[in-house]
Order: sequence, then structure tokens, then C-alpha cells
Amino acid sequence: MADLRTTFAGIKSPNPFWLASAPPTDKAYNVVRAFKAGWGGAVWKTLGEDGPPIVNTASRYGALEVGGMRMVGFTNIELITDRPLQVNLDEIKQVKRDWPDRALVVSLMVPCVEESWKRILKRVEETNADGVELNFGCPHGMSERGMGAAVGQVPEYVEMVTRWCKQNTRMPVLVKLTPNVTNILGSARAAKRGGADGVSLINTVNSIIGVDLDRMAPYPVVAGKGTHGGYCGPAVKPIALHMISEIGRDPECAGLPISGIGGIATWRDATEFHALGAGTVQVCTAAMHYGFKIVDDMVDGLGNWLDAKGHRQLDAIVGRALPNVTDWQHLDLNYKIVARIDQDACIKCGLCYIACEDTSHQSIAALTTGGERRYEVIDRECVGCNLCMYACPVTGCISMVEVPTGRKPLTWLEHPNNPLRQAAE
Amino acid sequence: MGGAGGIASRRLSAEELSRNFADIHVPLDRERALIEASRCYFCYDAPCQQACPTGIDIPGFIRKIATDNVKGAAVTILSENIMGGACARVCPVEILCESACVRETQETRPIQIGALQRYATDWLFERKLQPFARASSTGKCVAVVGAGPAGLACAHRLALRGHDVTIFEAKPKAGGLNEYGIAAYKVPDDFAQAEVAFILGIGGIRIEFGKALGRDVSFAGLRRDFDAVFLGMGLAGVNALALDGEDMPGVMDAVAYIERLRQAADKSTLEIGRRVVVIGGGNTAIDIAVQSKRLGAEDVTVVYRRGPDHMGATRHEQELAQTNGVTLKHWARPARIVGHRGRLKEVEFKYTQLDEQGRLMATGDRFTLLADMLFKAIGQTFVPVPLGNGAAEPIELAGNRIEVNADRKTSLPDVWAGGDCVPGDDLTVSAVQDGKLAAEAIDRNLRSA
Ligand SMILES: Cc1cc2nc3c(=O)[nH]c(=O)nc-3n(C[C@H](O)[C@H](O)[C@H](O)COP(=O)(O)OP(=O)(O)OC[C@H]3O[C@@H](n4cnc5c(N)ncnc54)[C@H](O)[C@@H]3O)c2cc1C
Ligand SMILES: Cc1cc2nc3c(=O)[nH]c(=O)nc-3n(C[C@H](O)[C@H](O)[C@H](O)COP(=O)(O)O)c2cc1C
Ligand code: SF4
Ligand code: SF4
Ligand code: SF4
Repeated sequence: MADLRTTFAGIKSPNPFWLASAPPTDKAYNVVRAFKAGWGGAVWKTLGEDGPPIVNTASRYGALEVGGMRMVGFTNIELITDRPLQVNLDEIKQVKRDWPDRALVVSLMVPCVEESWKRILKRVEETNADGVELNFGCPHGMSERGMGAAVGQVPEYVEMVTRWCKQNTRMPVLVKLTPNVTNILGSARAAKRGGADGVSLINTVNSIIGVDLDRMAPYPVVAGKGTHGGYCGPAVKPIALHMISEIGRDPECAGLPISGIGGIATWRDATEFHALGAGTVQVCTAAMHYGFKIVDDMVDGLGNWLDAKGHRQLDAIVGRALPNVTDWQHLDLNYKIVARIDQDACIKCGLCYIACEDTSHQSIAALTTGGERRYEVIDRECVGCNLCMYACPVTGCISMVEVPTGRKPLTWLEHPNNPLRQAAE
Repeated sequence: MGGAGGIASRRLSAEELSRNFADIHVPLDRERALIEASRCYFCYDAPCQQACPTGIDIPGFIRKIATDNVKGAAVTILSENIMGGACARVCPVEILCESACVRETQETRPIQIGALQRYATDWLFERKLQPFARASSTGKCVAVVGAGPAGLACAHRLALRGHDVTIFEAKPKAGGLNEYGIAAYKVPDDFAQAEVAFILGIGGIRIEFGKALGRDVSFAGLRRDFDAVFLGMGLAGVNALALDGEDMPGVMDAVAYIERLRQAADKSTLEIGRRVVVIGGGNTAIDIAVQSKRLGAEDVTVVYRRGPDHMGATRHEQELAQTNGVTLKHWARPARIVGHRGRLKEVEFKYTQLDEQGRLMATGDRFTLLADMLFKAIGQTFVPVPLGNGAAEPIELAGNRIEVNADRKTSLPDVWAGGDCVPGDDLTVSAVQDGKLAAEAIDRNLRSA
């Protein structure tokens, strides 16, 4: 099977599947179970300063259910670890000693003063952990106290804190980015300037997951009230993919290792992150939903897929899709596809028809031939939007087929309708 | 056990009987209903809806179940089919809505439309909600003959539209075959009467029990005293075998026996043979066979003159009989009823086959079945006598039933008809649709007059 070993920002792990800093990595008990199950690494649940322990609320999570599918999206209003610092450090040290081949990274969040960072870095170094991850992402609670996303949303702070850390430790420094910004490149470039060895993203997205219509309060409800939480799980994957691709194709961030996070539940999800440039991936919600055993299929599935594609190691595909991620203006406007219905697979539900008829281009005819329902694409009307293919409940029944136009590729930049067009070369 | 010869009551214990006649289907709870509802694709111009004789908006009500708008789902159902509760229990969905479901095409596992329909309607009934209110009174009065599904559906729709309705019902209870004919385990716990109460709950409907057309009231009298008349009198007659010994003790009419069974508060009082033979191939044959078995008969054999595909009973019903231990014998017809000391002893059958022209003929071979009881289930017939034909203005018949047009209007200008007494499928759901369509036509007619 293909070699899944990775070296990420100098940190080695037997496979690219790490657990993200969150409840699954809260203590030695969890992390040891995870390593036994086969996880390649773990980012320990975020540590804070020594002092009175963090307190959490009762009722901490909320979930989005769609069509009977549980936890399509997940939210939490938890803070960083609520265990004493020394207990965590002792456990980290022991776990690293017992599992030397696994990546063990420690997530940190302390107030925005150099002394605080310096102090905690010293103590983490003593554990022999492989690296640190600066949590600039937590969008709730901690940000009200000037930490987490409150730092991550200001590129100057990101750069400053990253630099402090680089100056005060020999360990690799990963910077975990918040998606709650209008342009991820601001904080990614700042991390790079500060000397980060890598970035991890995304942390959770600001959200209200739902409203309890009886109690008239947002979920999760705490004694009749609620607050915005951090959104994660399958539903955030598209946001994460976009953000890592933006960093992956940014010349200023070139060479910056990326640990992809957000909605990863299967090897397929993970491979999409790798294709857009992630060297490792991190998982939280999927583990919280199904337990650690899911890594078995992730390792196995990725290996089998690499074998089937003829790749000997994971590196071969990292960033392979990036050259094909471009801006809209570079897309070929002369490319034409139309929908094709496989009449033998069609079950005559009419969903393609009503989707196109009510909301797209009226390009599907609802016919009755010999008393039988029949749906046919009107090629000349079809704009090739894909809607019907996604509405159709039968996988593979509608496919989009290319129609050769005989015309040369034409982008918006050269298009006659573009007042600012460039002459075609 | 008590009784004569091979016929006895109390073959089973009270517990066994109550188990045997309890609900044959486990209703869906909320969790299972939500899972099932989430399987529905919400089809456009849904094939299931096209296949429902009453045209219930099936994707619409299933979506409402999925969003926990169960009341809305029930009202969607009942607006098209006021007997949606009974139909959820008795409809042969395997040849109606569920056979048309695209999930049947896709994975031979259709959405359980009947079970979902029951979930929604039960929800409403359990809460004793009355979702319908009458339109303001029109001052018109309509006579309905028969308080079966056709008559009740017609009466309800007429009352909804603001007309006053008087139903003339020969029997002491309303519901028609829902009360007297449908297999007991399909509608246990007095469901039929609860549904009748719900239907009458709208107001404006009066039932005159024990009043038979042709005996207590005349057709001409109804036409004179009411603004319109709806005939929903079902099928009062049964076909005969035309064999000697048909009136011998032990030879019975299945529909009449089922009526006794349905009305018996204590099923252990019913006498049933050790060896029961049923002749017929429709749902009545299956129903009497299964219920005989569930009363404790040892050997029950249904004998039908053609093959399994020709049976009126659906495949599902045939399987139900088989899983209840009933033997189905095809391609044979009764030739002789043999008695002993004045009681039924055995029935002799001739094997049958189709000749080149597709006609049914005897092969010449015979066989004999021992029988303590023989049930005739070879079809019911319409009896036109109460309509007093031969009067000045006779009502047209089509074949052996009352002729009607698409609006369920008869040849007489003020008379509509529906249900089993008109041509078409003999199903509860079809009777409801007939009653509904006739009521809408009557309403239009009375308003334009
Ligand atoms: C044994 C059996 C089992 C069946 N099982 C099913 C099943 O599982 N599913 C299904 O969909 N269908 C089933 N059916 C068919 C279904 O019951 C009928 O199609 C349906 O009841 C027809 O309704 P209706 O209103 O036309 O007639 P009925 O239900 O027969 O009602 C007619 C009413 O008119 C009354 N009446 C008759 N004559 C007079 C008169 N002269 N004056 C006043 N009142 C009169 C009767 O007493 C009765 O109340 C079954 C039928 C039988 C016999
Ligand atoms: C309950 C919960 C607690 C979390 N706590 C932290 C934390 O302490 N530090 C941190 O960097 N991220 C934290 N996260 C964010 C996750 O590490 C991860 O970035 C996010 O959940 C997206 O990944 P996912 O879609 O696989 O869950 C938390 C997430 C959850 C659900
Ligand atoms: S691809 Fe779009 S336009 Fe074409 S048939 Fe499908 S929905 Fe209509
Ligand atoms: S959506 Fe798919 S299955 Fe349904 S009618 Fe259209 S092509 Fe057929
Ligand atoms: S045909 Fe089946 S899937 Fe489609 S709307 Fe009807 S019940 Fe739902």
C-alpha cells in the first residue's frame, strides 16, 4: 500500500490524520484511545494560563439535522481546557513518551502579552511535544476576553504573537486561523510574516445553529438564554476548502504548510483537502459523532485510492488540484454541456422537471408516452447548469455531457461583451 | 367447546382470540414515521397521487409529517378523503398508491403511504380535533340512502357545503361494510364507529336508522321531499352456487357470517368448523378463510376456479392467507355438495383449465374435500328492487348496477349514486371518491337552480 507517512512543518506522523484540538484530545485517556485506534497525531485541547480553572456552561453543543441526517452541522460554546495546566502538561509528557511515533502538538491560548506566551512555551517544551498550535480561532467566550478570534481577526496581532512565539521556542509553531474574516489571506500572510512553520484552518464559524421555538432562545439553551457558537461538521467543509485553496495559490504564502480542518469525516473529504494543498488534516466533529474507529477507513481508503491511482506516497497528490483553481474570469465561456437522462435508470419522479421548470431554464419536457411518464431534456434550451443532476434522486441517472461547439476557448477577459476586454492573443 | 359435529364454538382461549383479532398492523410511532417520511422524494405530479382514487396530495401530506406538522398532514388527507383513517387500514395499497411509488421502481421498497396516512389521521383522532366547519346554510335538503362509505362521504361533503342531509340506513349502525364487512383485524377497537362519529361531528347530518328504501321509505317519496337524492346502498344480494344442497346446514354465505363475526362482542360464541372450505377468489374469500383460521378452524382451504393471477384478491392478500395457514387451491370448481344425516360432509370439485379460446372448462378430473363448513364467497350483487323500477321514470342500469356519468349522476336529473352499487372497483376508497364527486355535483346543481 502507498506510503502515508508525512512530515509536516518538521513534525512526523505515520499518517496525515490528526485529531483537532477539541474534546477528543482533552486528556491522556482520549488521546491514548485515539492512538490505539490508529490516528497519526493529535493537537491537544487548547491550554491556557496557570490560574483558576476555566468554567463551562451546562448545555454546550447544538446540532443541525437535515432530512433525518444527524449532525450535518455542529456547534459549541465551550471554552478552552477546564483542567489544571500542570495535569495536562504531565499527561502530554507521558503520552509523548509512550507514543513517540505519533505527532503530538499542543494548542495554546493565553493573553496577548509576550510574557504570557514565553512562560507557557517554556513549560510546553519540557513535555517534549512536537510543536505548538496557536489558537487564534475560538469565536466565542475567549474572544470576549481578548483572546482567540479577537487576535486572529487582526493580522497585525497574528504576526506579532507568532513572532513572539518563534523567538521564544525551538518548537515548530502552527497558527490556527479563524474563518470569521472577510479574506483569509490577511491572517495567513501575517502568520507567514511572523515566521509560522504552518497554518491550520479552519477553526469554527460564528453561528447560531437554531432557535428553540418553545423557549424562544437560540440553541444551545443555557437557563433560558443562548449565545453564538462555533460551527463545524460536514456543513463547513466547503468554506474550509475554499480558504485553504486561497492560501495554497497565494504567491505570498507559497511554501507555507497547511493543516486542513473543517467537516472532514472520510478519506474522500481528507483527500480533497490534500488535493488543494493540505499536508495533514485534522478532525473533530466526525470523531465526536462516531468515535475514533472512523480512522480505520480513512487510512485504508486513502491508501487504496492512492494505489488505484498509481501513487506511491501521499505527497504525490498534495496540491495537485491547485493549478485548476482559478478566477471566474479565466473560465472558458465556449465550453458547452447539456443534461442527459438515462431513461432506463429514470424512476419518473419528475424532480428534474419541476426544478428546471420552476427555477431554471424550462429545459425539460414532461411527456406522457403510451400512458407512461417520460422526462426529456430540450437540448437547445439547456444551459448546462447541473441543477437537475443534483435534484435527481437516482445517482448517475442524469449526466452532463459535453457538446462540441467547434469554437475556440474564450474567457471573459476576451469576451466581446466585456467593455474592458483584452485582445485575444 | 360447544356445537354439532365438526362445528364448535370456543375452539381457542379468550387470550388467543383477542390476539388473533387485534390490530394486524403495528402503527408507526413518531420516530419511525419521520424516518419513513424522509424517504419520500416529494415527486412532481406524483405518481402515487395519480394512483389514489381520491387523489390525496400524498407528497404534500408526507412532507408535513416530516416537518412535524401532523395536523396539517391529517387535514390534507381528510380534505380529499374523509375516510382517510379507514382507507389507511383497508386500502389494497399494493395495487394503488404504493404500487405507483417511484421508490417501488427504484428499490422495490415503496414509501409506506398507508402507514403514514394512518399516523397522521390517528394523531388527529386521538386529539379529538374537528378541522372542518360548515359553510353557511343553503336551506337545501338532500336525502342519502345508505350510511356506508359512499353515503357518509357524500353526506359530509354536502354538509360542509352548507346543505342539510338525511341519511336513510336500513341497519341499526352506520359505516356500511366498514362496520359489517371488513376483516375484524383491519379495523379493531370499534374504529368504524369512531370514524362515523368524527364524520358526523361536522353537524347537519341526520341518520334515520332502521329505515330501508323500498320498505320504510319510497324512492318516489324521497325525490318528492328532498332537493336531491344520493344512492349509496351497496350490494344487497349474493351470488349462488346453483348446486343442490346449497341450503344444507353447514353451507353459509361468507358476507353474512362475517357480519355476525364483526358484531359479536365475544368471538368465542361463534361456531366454526374443524374443516372449512371457502369457494371464491376475491378479498371476501381470503377474509373469511383467515378469520376462520383465527377462530380456531384446523384446516381451511380456499378453492378458486382460475389461477393466482386471476384472483380478485391481491398477491398481498393471498400471502396473508398463506402465512395464516390457509391452503389456496386453484383451477377447480365445486360440482357436488355431499351431506350426511342432513349435515354437510364433503364437497366434490372438478379440476378446470382454459381451452384454446381462453374459456374455462372442466378437465374431467375430480377431487373431494371433507368439510364441516362451506363458505360461499363468489360475489355480491346489486338488488335494484327498492328503486321500484317499472314506475313511470325508471332509473337506467349499466349491466347489473346503476348507471352514472363522471359526476356520478344517474339517468334521473335529481338522483346521484356511488359506491358498490355503481360500476367500478368495489373498494372503500372508490366509494368515498364517488360520494365526494356526487356531493360536489349536487352542490353545483343546487346552487345554480
Ligand atoms: C367481506 C368484505 C371485505 C372487504 N374488504 C375490503 C378491504 O379490505 N378494503 C377495501 O377497500 N374494500 C373492502 N371491501 C369492499 C368495501 O367494503 C366496499 O367497496 C365499500 O364498503 C362500499 O361502500 P358503499 O357505501 O358503496 O356500500 P356499503 O359499505 O355496502 O354500504 C351500503 C349501506 O347501505 C345500506 N343499505 C343497503 N340497502 C339499503 C336500503 N334499501 N335502504 C337503506 N339502506 C340500505 C347498508 O345497510 C349499508 O349500510 C370489502 C367488502 C367485503 C364484502
Ligand atoms: C466542542 C468543541 C470544542 C472545540 N474546542 C477547541 C479548542 O479548544 N481549540 C481549538 O483550537 N479548536 C477547538 N475546536 C475547533 C476544532 O478543533 C475544529 O477546528 C473545528 O471543529 C472544525 O473541524 P470539524 O469540522 O472536524 O469539527 C472545538 C470544536 C468543538 C466542536
Ligand atoms: S442542466 Fe440546468 S438548464 Fe439544463 S436541463 Fe438541467 S436544470 Fe435545466
Ligand atoms: S429526477 Fe431523475 S429519476 Fe426523477 S424523473 Fe428526472 S431523470 Fe428521472
Ligand atoms: S411516489 Fe413515492 S416518493 Fe414520490 S411522492 Fe409518492 S410516496 Fe413520495
